[in-house]
Amino acid sequence: MSNLKALAYKLRKDTIDIIMEGGGGHIGGDMSVMEILVDLYFKQMNISPDNQDSPDRDFFILSKGHSVEAYYAVLCEKGFLDYEEVKSKFSKFGSQYIGHPNNKLPGMEMNSGSLGHGLPVSVGIALGNRMNGKTSRTYVVMGDGELAEGSVWEGFMAGNMYHLDKLCAVIDRNRLQISGSTEDVMAHEDLFKRVQSFGWHVISVDGNDLDELDKAFEEAKQTKGKPTCIIANTTKGKGSKVMENKASWHHHVPSLEEYEQIVKDLEECRSMQG
Amino acid sequence: MNNIPNRKVICDVLMEHAKDDHDIVVLCSDSRGSASLTPFFENFPEQAVEVGIAEQDLVSIAAGLAKVGKKPFAASPASFLSTRSYEQAKVDCAYSNMNVKLIGISGGVSYGALGMSHHSAQDIAAMAAIPNMRVYLPSDRHQTKYLIEALLKDEKPAYIRTGRNPVEDTYAEDNCPFEMDKATIVNEGSDVTIIACGEMVKPSLDAAKLLEKEGISAEVIDMYCVKPLDTEAIIRSAKKTKAVITVEEHAPFGGLGSMVAQVVSANCPKKVLEIALPDAPVITGTSREVFDYYGMNAEGIAKKAKEALS
Repeated sequence: MSNLKALAYKLRKDTIDIIMEGGGGHIGGDMSVMEILVDLYFKQMNISPDNQDSPDRDFFILSKGHSVEAYYAVLCEKGFLDYEEVKSKFSKFGSQYIGHPNNKLPGMEMNSGSLGHGLPVSVGIALGNRMNGKTSRTYVVMGDGELAEGSVWEGFMAGNMYHLDKLCAVIDRNRLQISGSTEDVMAHEDLFKRVQSFGWHVISVDGNDLDELDKAFEEAKQTKGKPTCIIANTTKGKGSKVMENKASWHHHVPSLEEYEQIVKDLEECRSMQG
Repeated sequence: MNNIPNRKVICDVLMEHAKDDHDIVVLCSDSRGSASLTPFFENFPEQAVEVGIAEQDLVSIAAGLAKVGKKPFAASPASFLSTRSYEQAKVDCAYSNMNVKLIGISGGVSYGALGMSHHSAQDIAAMAAIPNMRVYLPSDRHQTKYLIEALLKDEKPAYIRTGRNPVEDTYAEDNCPFEMDKATIVNEGSDVTIIACGEMVKPSLDAAKLLEKEGISAEVIDMYCVKPLDTEAIIRSAKKTKAVITVEEHAPFGGLGSMVAQVVSANCPKKVLEIALPDAPVITGTSREVFDYYGMNAEGIAKKAKEALS
């Protein structure tokens, strides 16, 4: 696990380099979601370039599609995409590597970008896999600002209605959205109880702690008869004091000075992981 | 007089194929009765999904099912399907290129007296504006059967609008020419071209008969494939006649009339007059009363054709 903890910081650096090169990106959410993606792609999910077309693979949907830069870094590390190519082409004229997931690229199952779609789409995937007699698991990662979309709650209802125990939703609960605190924009203070009241098994963890996350994903696998929602309490901009917990870093390209400090901070975090 | 609505034909075709093809899945949003799909839910419960009154969920779940190889048909009133879940149709179906067939039931002014909330006079324009979304308005029960069978064979998204009420047959059971994405010439003519879709095809054919009595030869084209539009059929006909009339149960903007006018003006400029619903909440009444009021019947179409020729 210590290798994966270090990997999360290495991938944060890769992500920031993609953003610097492309001249844009949702950096805050990229940083908060990293451990979730790392645990799923390098520990939990049965998915790799070798089985990406197999009907038996696990399915992943990035509902908070604006965190695509972190997703690119992870898919490159996993061997789906070429890092140098992504970095040089991201957001450039005519590029396939756009600012939201593009399912014409290997490893990306569905297009997203507009919020509130991922959970109901994942309900359909999980339902279809069950109809097909598959044991594949379906994972969807949402942002917490996204929870204001009514369609998310339609998805929670349907996940419960169809007892989709191979469906696991993760909420990247970083408590910030573009306008400020989620609790000031549209509050979700009793989020645990809210989701639980929709009939889901709910687990609340430190979403930047790989050990806690991994344990939660294991618990989700053991949960029968209902889907699981992991509330991953994270820090937006995680990895450097320059950007942590700052709403203004929702979408931001660091200055050269900021970049140097961030890289230094990330390297320090990485070296501390053993 | 035919008493089988097109929506029932859709259910029959899906049930016939669902026996052997277990990937066919029907989804409803508390709309199985309205969609005539109750028999499907009763006979194929393992292939039926109810999502409740939640059109966004309906379309997203359908896209997810398509992602893992299912062949979802999501049926909901056209008014809601083409607006409430418009973004799901755009992003999850069309943009992600999922094999979802969206069945808009009780389209146009089928719900007559229920008011503008239940009318779908915008669905052609809305759905046709989405890249990678096809739009079909079958005219009668026979063509509906062929269309659904053709759609079962492809793996791309599409929107299909049907009406609530039975419509008079345009075609005979043993004579329903059908080629996917090619308009059907229902009546050959040389003076005026009448291009219609959906429930407006039959009154257009009746109009041609009225015109014939007055010595006017009208060509009637059943443009059930509004997108991809059969532009060749339009150009071929418009070149040989003196004027073009379009007839649709839709708002005057962005529908069949707009599309035909675009094609004619670019390829063989001549007068194009359109018959459509008004740009306003429509008058209260049954479909028939509404059509009569706005001249969307044989007499009204014939009158418009003569106006175009004068």
